[in-house]
Amino acid sequence: MVDFGFSINKDRQIDFDNADRRIIEYVAKEESTIAICLICGACTATCSAGNFTDFNIRKITNMIRVGEIENLKEEIKKCMLCGKCQLVCPRGVNTRNIILKINEAIKIFHE
Amino acid sequence: MKLEGKKAIWKDYQKEIADDKYFYVRSCVRQNFFPGSETAFLKILRDELKKDVYEHPCHTTCTGIGYHGDVVPFDTAMTVVARQFALMTESGYENLVPSCITSFGLYTEILETWHHFPETENKIREYLKKATGREFKIPKNLAHASDVIFKFRKEIAAKAKHKLINKNTGESLKVVEHIGCHYSKMFPSKGVGGAEYPYVLTGMIEEWGGEIIDYPERRHCCGFGFRQYLVQANRGYSIACSKKKFDSMEPYKPDMIITNCPGCPMFLDRWQYTIKEMEGKTYGQNGEGIPVFTYEEVAGLVLGYDPWDLGLQMHQTDCEPVLDKMGVGYDKSKKRELIINNE
Repeated sequence: MVDFGFSINKDRQIDFDNADRRIIEYVAKEESTIAICLICGACTATCSAGNFTDFNIRKITNMIRVGEIENLKEEIKKCMLCGKCQLVCPRGVNTRNIILKINEAIKIFHE
Repeated sequence: MKLEGKKAIWKDYQKEIADDKYFYVRSCVRQNFFPGSETAFLKILRDELKKDVYEHPCHTTCTGIGYHGDVVPFDTAMTVVARQFALMTESGYENLVPSCITSFGLYTEILETWHHFPETENKIREYLKKATGREFKIPKNLAHASDVIFKFRKEIAAKAKHKLINKNTGESLKVVEHIGCHYSKMFPSKGVGGAEYPYVLTGMIEEWGGEIIDYPERRHCCGFGFRQYLVQANRGYSIACSKKKFDSMEPYKPDMIITNCPGCPMFLDRWQYTIKEMEGKTYGQNGEGIPVFTYEEVAGLVLGYDPWDLGLQMHQTDCEPVLDKMGVGYDKSKKRELIINNE
């Protein structure tokens, strides 16, 4: 293959026809409070793991909604399951359980 | 919706195109990319349609590429364009016909600016007077060269020697039309069909027997976009735009692509070769690329001109599959000779 000094940029468009929605569908079934999440980010603001790493629970819940699941397993490993996010959530979303259910879904669908 | 209602609305999407006495201004890049196109335009208008077309030897670049590349200030661009208007006025013409879509967009932008801010027009008149001693009149009519061919598409169809029809199957050729972004995306009322339903190329293709493909990324940019191409490291973004269009049109099996902009045929043509070299992927049938044409080249083919006189030997993606389907005769060895002589 010829090297022209540049590569073809990857398309960042999210194609909902081809999105892998198995994880979000599994989590929504097992932990229905995800449906009332505002995506306000209070969970991320208070997250201890997020203070020391680039872990971002708000981003993760957003990404699984659109089927962006690359590196998801490594991302959720950063969570310490302390549950502070659940305490500050204005809607009472069981965020801690969402992480556990994502982990389960990865084992079912991607391992 | 009732048909009368549709017709009434469609009237709002039309533009006035002068029918004779054109002051033609060439593009600075097209003569390198597709050198036969502008010659074909002049030949069609002068010889076939018997129109009065004048081009001035002192015409220069409009500075559009520099303006959109952020290296030419707007005041400078306006003064250079004012000089083009002065050349037109001195030559006794009132209908300006730019060959380039970016020039068309820039002229439109400047005329709109002057319409809303007359003090800016006065300032530019002063600049031009001080710099060159010239004065100018605002063009009575501004139409892109593709508008002019669109206006006379029926006359061209009446003289057609070949149609956009597969002579072996009798079916219409499947055509992708690609409109330059600066044609009507900036000022929708200045293009035939506006930004939503640009009809300038579709009208020609339908009149000449082709079938339009309506694919999802039909209105996506070709990827030229000036800045993302001018810097080599950014070209991955440019080629990604073209690839997105090719991926989108591929399932519809297009026979050809027709464009009305200097940059679009360049990039849709050359990037097909680049994608093939980088990823080994081709988008046409039988492992070939999809031939890309300018509207003048297609008009020339329809009128029976020799493909090599139209400059088709300069295309990176071979045009022969379309010529074979249309039944256009050509001399294979002559193409090779022309390419070697150019080298």
